[in-house]
Amino acid sequence: MSAALQLKNLTLGYDRHPAVHHLSGTVETGALVAVVGPNGAGKSTLFKGIVGVIKPLSGQIDLGGLQAREIAYLPQAAEIDRSFPISVYDMVAMGLWHRTGLFGGIDRKARHEIERAIAAVGLNGFEGRPIATLSGGQTQRMLFARLLLQDARMIVLDEPFNAIDAKTMADLLDVVRRWHQEKRTVIAALHDIQLVKANFPQTLLLARQSVAWGDTAEVLTPENLLTARRMCEAFHDDAAACAAPLTAA
Amino acid sequence: MLYDFLIAPFLEFEFMRRALVATFALSVGAAPIGVFLMLRRMSLIGDAMAHAILPGAAIGFIFAGLNLFAMAGGGLIAGFAIAVGAGLIARATELKEDASLAAFFLISLALGVTIVSLKGTNVDLLHFLFGTVLAVDDPTLLLIVSLSSVSTILLALIWRPLVLECVDPGFLRSVSRAGGPTHIAFLLLVVMNLIGGFQALGTLLAVGIMMLPAVISRFWARDISRMIVIAIGSAAVSGYAGLLLSFHASLPSGPAVILVAGGIYIVSVIVGPVGGLVWRLVPMRHLEA
Repeated sequence: MSAALQLKNLTLGYDRHPAVHHLSGTVETGALVAVVGPNGAGKSTLFKGIVGVIKPLSGQIDLGGLQAREIAYLPQAAEIDRSFPISVYDMVAMGLWHRTGLFGGIDRKARHEIERAIAAVGLNGFEGRPIATLSGGQTQRMLFARLLLQDARMIVLDEPFNAIDAKTMADLLDVVRRWHQEKRTVIAALHDIQLVKANFPQTLLLARQSVAWGDTAEVLTPENLLTARRMCEAFHDDAAACAAPLTAA
Repeated sequence: MLYDFLIAPFLEFEFMRRALVATFALSVGAAPIGVFLMLRRMSLIGDAMAHAILPGAAIGFIFAGLNLFAMAGGGLIAGFAIAVGAGLIARATELKEDASLAAFFLISLALGVTIVSLKGTNVDLLHFLFGTVLAVDDPTLLLIVSLSSVSTILLALIWRPLVLECVDPGFLRSVSRAGGPTHIAFLLLVVMNLIGGFQALGTLLAVGIMMLPAVISRFWARDISRMIVIAIGSAAVSGYAGLLLSFHASLPSGPAVILVAGGIYIVSVIVGPVGGLVWRLVPMRHLEA
């Protein structure tokens, strides 16, 4: 097994304030990893760093030859303008960007794939609907269909199951399991500990730094969870510079 | 009779034909840009940009008089410089883009009016502000049609990233680097169409043929392609009807065109099938599903 992702003494943050502090670790290719931690633990920041939206303050992210743009990324609060007059079909079709680019057409094979992706998330019959008419759960299904079409080797999901009902969650979890069977690397931020224990073999417990990282059963112990809660210190305006030596970012 | 009223003016007078072609070309170029401005909640940006092109056109005017290409070139450079400058300041400082654009265009407007007044007369200033669609000559017409053609082609080229940048900019960033260049190309499209409209309708009214048809289209269609078709159509109808109105009633032509568009807008607000006011008054049973 090769590493899909290596974090080397990684610090990420905003305005020099770290949100993820000196994090090191490896995600194997094809792993299904949950990232668990309290609010403010740095989960979203870590994901933004992995997909290249923000640059490390120090340390490195090694994607093992993968380009940041080849990662399929579902942000926590997608900046979607839901009033924009576009159909579910067109929105899902954007997932084929890596093949169509700016000008490429959508041929019959692609149409077939788009229809299959829409069916896979249970949105049959919604193809022509404007996205403004979808509920929260349906929107999330649509975004999963788009992720399916992206056909990425690594998929990063930031709290994908927030505020959706049990049925939608079960359906979308099936999609995640399918990705895992297809040996894709999946990293997801989650809050539901029971869900993680039941479905995710590996877990990173994050509280700005790593509390524990490994097999889910060993990571999600009551002691570790308590530690994580305590370690999530607030950000200080007048924090001193970190004593660790500067490394090239 | 009807023929005399609706068609004869255009057959009889060359300046009417030229004005008609000019407004049709402007409709095709500017109306789709207006739709995107509206959907991006940038409806007032067109206004700001229209003011921003004034000093450039005025400097062209100082050096070459009422020379078409000097004024268009100056306006293009000034408008684009201000759009990009405002964008850069918004990115580099805490100021939001609309605020920095507001600062720029106000300076620009004051500067433009000052420059025109230094050299020209009040008639020149009126020409700048309100244009003279009936005085469009061949070179001007050629310029307008060329700008509209280039604009249409450029819009087709950036269509996909532009739509994606409007609806889900985060996703566009995650799959492509096209976002930044697309935004700049779009600003260029806005400026280009305002330059075209400026020749016929002046800086103040050029925005009218861009934004009013776009706002009208919102009341008639739910998807973007149809909205654009309706916007172009209503712009062209406004151009035709406005010219007739100005011909028969001896009204200034530019304002007549925009007033017709304004009339269509008011009708659309009231009876437009997508969210028009009158539908609220009609009692209708809700559907089963």
